[in-house]
This record gives sequence, structure tokens and C-alpha cells, in this order.
Amino acid sequence: MSEYFHSVRLIENRCKGCVICAKRCPTEAIRIRGGQSQIIEARCIDCGECIRRCPAHAKTAVTESLDDLNQYKFNIALPAPTLYAQFAPDIRIDTILSALMEIGFDDIFEVAQGAEIVSLAIKDYLKSSAVSFPIISSACPAVVRLIQVKFPELIDNLVPIDAPTEVAGRVARARASRKHGIHPDEIGIWFITPCPAKMTAVKQPLGSEKSNITGAIGISEVYGRLLKAVQDVPAGVERRHASWVGVNWAISGGESLAVGIDKQLIVHEINNVNDILEQVALGKLAGVNYIEALACAGGCIGGPLTIQNRFVAEVNMKLRAENMKAEDTAKGRVPLQEYRESALGANERRAIEPRPILRLDEDIFKAMYKVEVMEKTLQQLPGLDCGSCGSPNCKALAEDIAQGKASSTDCVFKLRERVRDLAKEMIDLAEKLPPSLDKDSS
Amino acid sequence: MESLNTQVIVLNFELKGSDFEAAGEASSKIKLVLQQIGIRSDVIRRIAISAYEAEMNVIIHAYRGKMKAEIFSDHTKITLKDEGPGISDIKLAMQEGYSTAPDYIREMGFGAGMGLPNMVRCTDKFDIESSVGIGTTISMTVCHNPLTIVGQ
Ligand SMILES: Nc1ncnc2c1ncn2[C@@H]1O[C@H](COP(=O)(O)OP(=O)(O)OP(=O)(O)O)[C@@H](O)[C@H]1O
Ligand code: SF4
Ligand SMILES: [Mg+2]
Repeated sequence: MSEYFHSVRLIENRCKGCVICAKRCPTEAIRIRGGQSQIIEARCIDCGECIRRCPAHAKTAVTESLDDLNQYKFNIALPAPTLYAQFAPDIRIDTILSALMEIGFDDIFEVAQGAEIVSLAIKDYLKSSAVSFPIISSACPAVVRLIQVKFPELIDNLVPIDAPTEVAGRVARARASRKHGIHPDEIGIWFITPCPAKMTAVKQPLGSEKSNITGAIGISEVYGRLLKAVQDVPAGVERRHASWVGVNWAISGGESLAVGIDKQLIVHEINNVNDILEQVALGKLAGVNYIEALACAGGCIGGPLTIQNRFVAEVNMKLRAENMKAEDTAKGRVPLQEYRESALGANERRAIEPRPILRLDEDIFKAMYKVEVMEKTLQQLPGLDCGSCGSPNCKALAEDIAQGKASSTDCVFKLRERVRDLAKEMIDLAEKLPPSLDKDSS
Repeated sequence: MESLNTQVIVLNFELKGSDFEAAGEASSKIKLVLQQIGIRSDVIRRIAISAYEAEMNVIIHAYRGKMKAEIFSDHTKITLKDEGPGISDIKLAMQEGYSTAPDYIREMGFGAGMGLPNMVRCTDKFDIESSVGIGTTISMTVCHNPLTIVGQ
């Protein structure tokens, strides 16, 4: 098995080598070689930006499918709150959850419940003295990985608490095992995911040895069947447990609202997140206490494996939250007030490791030499960042050249210069006469 | 044959007073090179923060200046020389919270009077010289491996 698991993959025969994905990738993890997009595994953070941008739909995310449920005795669905945003707000969450049961799950545990637990845990964490400001949310795995690879100095600023999905998985497994007397290993826990980043986090957990989730199934994978099932299931069965507080985590700003600390900064869309982290790393954002950073535009409702347009999803979600608030107030239900320490699995946590990608060589003197080569090369390149060379921009080509992975004639402009010089030399040569005929040479 | 080792990387930058659009570019570049050569991230952070504070001071308080980073394998030295109003009472300027920044600068989030104290805190060696009406020179050194001591 390779060192890294990635959910984001290429469908080769679809890729036209157009460079669009390479230019958008926030970690410059993509090169076009031989007319095909290639992902540099160590750099990929599974944010899904390339999936979203590829006009040929050549980028995809591998997730599990409903067939995988067969391997387990008892299957629990963990719907991301984003799932609810795929449906009109008058379709009740109870109905959506019933539809999940209908398509093959034995039980449900809402990730929104996990989000409520995590919201309370973060509030408690903020009261402890050990925090380094600004605190950065660790809920979005693509952002955590961006920090690992590009901003390792900010790892200590990350909230040291599992993401809601992980917490939900832990509680769901323990509860079902107790309630139904099934061995925990016989229970399949399936996260219904809006993104490949979460899929990767299941296979390669951040901050713990082993994930509590068995697998992730894309929202787009189940949407069609859910849509049918929603029409068929009987109304009136109460299944919802989470309140609007947890459900709101699907949209950017929802987490901040739940955590309720002052001086928050909310940023979404991976390249914006990159810019903000750049500022934090320079110590610029001294006045900010909490940063909610999400890789997808709009938050998880903008995830690459969602169906609904994100602006529509946002309206759906806002209306839904309002309805829920009204309903809960009428029924005297309040958001979660307390949680059990065990839900957080503090004993399973391990430190998030840096994964620096920018380093050019293990040997510092060689690395310094490569920096010099890179700088000199960059000065000679046209600076158009056209991408025709297959590297996302001139700087990246300079880096690839310094690493011996590309040559300056990969640049179409440099190549043309070389051809022109050669042509000139040929003309010069053609005009030369042998001394026996050359009158000037006498 | 050309040696594949480099002993020092020198980066030069021109800074312009009130050029807020380019603010931080020099420090970002220095930070990137330090990442490329594999310096420890906590050390990079100290260098980046002190470089940024010094860069901003030229942009905010002076007319123009030159910034130079000399990156060795074991330490980084950053020098800034500006043409500007200079600082009449350096001791006062170095105090936490002392700032002459006008309101419009404070509105941009600067002017807490923490720049110079942060530079001292983040660096292993810090020198400042200033002549009123002429300009200010700052020189800062940070060791890459906090256990070694750099000779002059
Ligand atoms: N390069 C400079 N030229 C002229 N005056 C300076 C220069 N650097 C600092 N000063 C003076 O020293 C004072 C303190 O500087 P310091 O960097 O500590 O705080 P600040 O720049 O005012 O605020 P902050 O750095 O927190 O945004 C400044 O307000 C200014 O009067
Ligand atoms: S914002 Fe949400 S959907 Fe997008 S990558 Fe992060 S966790 Fe996944
Ligand atoms: Mg300052």
C-alpha cells in the first residue's frame, strides 16, 4: 500500500490535460505530464477543488457504496447535516432519516448530534489556560491537512478535539453495541459524506490511531434512492434528535454560532483559507480569537459530493433551522446542555504531525543550492503563469527544474527562443563558404 | 564542476512607505525560502513574525527602505535600512504599547505598539540605530537551531 490514501482520483480517458485543475490546486499538487493530470500524493489534501473545477469531469472521489453494508451484521448511517440541505425545508428531517432506514440502514445517528457535543467541548476547551490564539477549528479535514503541509507552525492552534463525525461514530458504535448486544466489530458505521476529505479522514485519521467510522458514502451516491424513499416512508415517526445548533454546522458560520466566542473570523473556500492562514502565520491577526475555516465555498453545503446548488442549499438550511427553532421552542426542547467525556475519546488522540511539502532537499546545503537554481530559473521564465508546461505556474516550473523533474524547454516560450537561436545559427552557417571559394578570406 | 552546495542565500527587497498592497510580501518570501530549506517551523515562525513587524514599520512609519535577508544554514540575519523620520527616543519606542500611529493606521489593525517588543522577543540578536530626520536601521539575527550560538 502506498504511504498515503487519497480519495481524489483521476479517470484517465476523460482527462484532456487542460491544466485547469493544476492551476486551482491550493497546494500545487498537480502536474500535467503526457497529456494527463497527475497528483503528487504527498501534497494532496483531498479538498476536492479539482473535482469541482474539472470541465471534463475527469476527477472523482472514491467512496464506499451501499453494497458494502452486506459485510456487517448491523449498519448505522451517520448523515452529515449537509444531507438535509439537499431537500426542501418542508421535508422533515424525520422523513429523511426514515428514508435512510428504508434504503438499508438498521439505525441512524446524526452527525449534528456529534456537532452539538463538539460545540460544548470546544466551549470548555476555550476556558482552559493552555490555548494559543487564534484558535483554529479542526472540523474540516482538508483545512487540517492544509495546515500539516503548508503551515506546520500553526498545528498548536488547532482545536485538539475530534471532528463531529468522529465523535458521532464513537457514540453510535458504543450505544448500538450496548443496546443490541452486538460486538462493536460487527457494526458498520457509515458516514454519508459531502466530501472526499472526510472519506480520506476515515482511512487516514487525523489526531487518532483509528477512525470510529467504517466507511464513507458520498451524498451523491445515495441521493437518487433517498429521493424516491422520501415519498414512500410513513410520516409521523420521530427520529430527529439533534437541534438546529448542530444542524447549522453545515453552513459556514454555524460552528462559530454554536461555539459563541467573541472575535471570530469565518473563512471558506480553500484558497481564501490559504490566504488567511498566511496572515496568521505572520502574526497579523492578533485581534482574532477563533477561526472557523472550511475548504468548501459556503461550508460543507458546498462540498463536491453534494447535489444541490450551494446557494439553494443555504436557503434550505436557513429555513430549516428557523422551523426547527420554532418547533423546539413550542415543544420545550432545548439544544444539548451536557456531554460525556468518553464521547471525545481523549485517550485515543495523538498529536497531529507536520507533513511539510515545501522542503526541497533533506540536506540543507543542497536545498539552498536548489533555492538558488530556482530563483535564477524563475528570472528567465516569462512570468505569464500560462501552465502550458504542465506545471501550474512559472514558479512551480522553476521548482520542478531545480528538482530535476522538468527542463526549461518545457516552457513554450523558452522552446521558441531556442528554436529561433538555432534557426539563426543555421542561416549563419548556410552563408558561410568554403575558403577555396570565399574571396573575403584571402 | 560547479558546487551543488550553497552557503548563503541573499534576498533583497525594496520597500515603499504607505504601500499597503505589497505589505508582507518580503516577509512571505523569506518565510517560503526558509520552508524550502527545511528550517524548523517554530523557528520560521519567529523569523517571519519579526521580519513582518519590521517590514510593516518601514511601510507605516518611514518613506522608503531596503530590506535584506541573509539566510545561512544555521542562522538568518535580516537588515532593514529606511529613509524616514527616525526615532527620537528609542527606549520609549521599544516599550510595549508605545505607538505614534495615527487613527487611520489603527483602524487597519496596526498601532498596538507591539512591533518592536515582538522583534526583540522573537530574535536572538536585535540592534536598532536611528537618526531623527534621516532614518532607522534595524538588524536582527535568529539561530536556526536554538541550542547553537552564532559567532559574529
Ligand atoms: N522605521 C521606523 N521609522 C520611524 N519610526 C518608527 C519606525 N519603527 C518604529 N517607529 C516608532 O516606534 C513606535 C513603536 O513601534 P512599534 O512597531 O513597536 O509599534 P507600532 O508600529 O506603532 O504598532 P504595531 O507594531 O503594534 O502595529 C512607532 O509608533 C513609531 O513611532
Ligand atoms: S468544508 Fe466540509 S465538505 Fe468541504 S472539505 Fe471541509 S469538511 Fe468537507
Ligand atoms: Mg510596528
